[in-house]
Amino acid sequence: MSSLSARQDRIRAFTLLSPAYLWLTVAVFLPLSAMVFFSFLSDVPFGDREWHGTLENYQEFFQTSTYATLLWKSLKLGLMVTGISVLIGFPCAYVLAKVIKGRSREALFLLVILPFWSNSLVRIFSWAIVLRGNGVLDFAANAVLPWDVRINLMFSPTAIVIGLVHSYLPYVILTSYLALQAIDDSLIEAARSLGAKRRTILTRLILPLAAPGILAGAVLIFVPVVGSFMEPRLLGGRRGTYYGTVIEDQFVAVFNWPLGAALSFILLAVVLVILGAFSPILRRART
Amino acid sequence: MKKLLAASVLALAAQGALGDEIRVLNWQGYGTDLDWSLEAFTEATGHTVVHEYFTSEQEMLTKLRTNPGAYDVVLINAAYTAQAQEEGLIGPVDATLISNFADLDPNLTGNEDLNPGGALHGVPWTWGLTSLAVNAGEFPDAPTSLSVLWDPELKGRVSIRDDGLEAVQFAAMATGQNINDIQDMDAVKAKLTELLPQITTFWGSENDWNQFMAAGDFAVATYWSGSASRSISKGLPITFVVADEGAIGWLDGLSIPASSTHKEAAHAFIDWMVDPEFYVKWDAEGAPATSNANAAAALPETSFNRKVLGDPATVAKVQFMRPVSEENRETYLKLWQELKAAQ
Repeated sequence: MSSLSARQDRIRAFTLLSPAYLWLTVAVFLPLSAMVFFSFLSDVPFGDREWHGTLENYQEFFQTSTYATLLWKSLKLGLMVTGISVLIGFPCAYVLAKVIKGRSREALFLLVILPFWSNSLVRIFSWAIVLRGNGVLDFAANAVLPWDVRINLMFSPTAIVIGLVHSYLPYVILTSYLALQAIDDSLIEAARSLGAKRRTILTRLILPLAAPGILAGAVLIFVPVVGSFMEPRLLGGRRGTYYGTVIEDQFVAVFNWPLGAALSFILLAVVLVILGAFSPILRRART
Repeated sequence: MKKLLAASVLALAAQGALGDEIRVLNWQGYGTDLDWSLEAFTEATGHTVVHEYFTSEQEMLTKLRTNPGAYDVVLINAAYTAQAQEEGLIGPVDATLISNFADLDPNLTGNEDLNPGGALHGVPWTWGLTSLAVNAGEFPDAPTSLSVLWDPELKGRVSIRDDGLEAVQFAAMATGQNINDIQDMDAVKAKLTELLPQITTFWGSENDWNQFMAAGDFAVATYWSGSASRSISKGLPITFVVADEGAIGWLDGLSIPASSTHKEAAHAFIDWMVDPEFYVKWDAEGAPATSNANAAAALPETSFNRKVLGDPATVAKVQFMRPVSEENRETYLKLWQELKAAQ
């Protein structure tokens, strides 16, 4: 009797899960395996081009220092953008979750999510208008300050960081908000009634309890930023060459798909190693 | 008049049978897809034209390889014609089917890059230069040397295209070398290393270029002659400069894929494209230089193509680009990536 119901359960689970797995197979597994296949080829297998299996694309990464330099540069960019996003995003989430109540919270929430609803290219171009010399920022600063200032942040690493933080900030706000909301207010009241200072409450109570949310947001930001190419290209000018832009070049400009695919998988491996190294912390945060 | 007569005969002939639909593969906005010209072409010959676009030569070759039979006319830069012919992607052109052929510049129709294997595989259509353009307001006297790109006073106001091959070619000219036979790569590397800190950003399209120049971000930048003539005709205050060290010359031809199923209509379209009547109207909107001597002679005195590119002293300085070997291309790209990564 019990074995029968277990079997029924399994069938039910299978039917309910099958659309999701089908979707994963079609949308994730198949394209990724095609790219794995490409990364081991000597040339794109289109038309009459000769091709054979090879490891050269992976060796290429180690033959010059160019790719390693760029990967390191992209990782640093990822860390910086993630750090700044958490520093700005967590206080925002705290205020949203614990300080503001009622309708104004909904309105503020809407404002946080609003950037998500606009096209990312439009966002970047609006930043270009703000950051350039003679741009909105330059004009505003000169209108307020009595002395003459020249602000031209365009085509610099600062511009890239600003653009990326703006694009990805909502992730960390949303995940932190959910984690903070789950904290029972009576816990904070209890701590306060036992004489804990605000700082102690923050470091001993709120931060540990909200850590899973913050970390989830950080991972959500770090991974795409390391591979980003559009923001560096449009806002970085001559200094906008990163690991992501080199991969994009392989696909779009020089049509060396095999090398582009190999570089992408090296990036994937490095990111997985980093996340693996942090997983003990992640696990501790969950318990 | 003769052309008109021929066209009307063709139109009569076409009335019986329905015209073909030919598919043209080209850069977007590059002459073949002008509405007024296509309407007139359909009216004259009965053939209709559909376009597909590419954004790089590599993409064009990939499209020809992967879609046999899909295209009837393709624009190929002379530096790539031999490669396309070698791969069997394009077939020979029958010059007798092109009534304007006799008027085309014999230097161009005889160009060895357009005649791989001794047969004409691309009808020379347009040519032009990649050189410099400067903000006319800041340069009352146009510079005469490429060294203006390295001028410390203009640091942060210089731009080139993000293209390894082109960057290397400019550095080669600045160091007094032949762009088709670069011997001293160390000098090129040193020159490019000095150039990069000068650059504000790389430009990617004509539209980009116009915006940056209008906003004052650029004082001097590399530019294409055809685009310069368009920008000038739109009122942008720039001067196109062919420096003493030279400029990169390119030649574009119209070819017919070997797999085309409408060869006759394709020839008719190419004939239409090299016709003086079409070119003079196109030139008024901003066009590269023509291969047709009659068309060049029919341009008004004030035309950019007549004033700047019609000057034999200018043309003598140009280094025409030859096919680049896969090996060199890769070397240039690696050097360029290395230098950009170090920024």
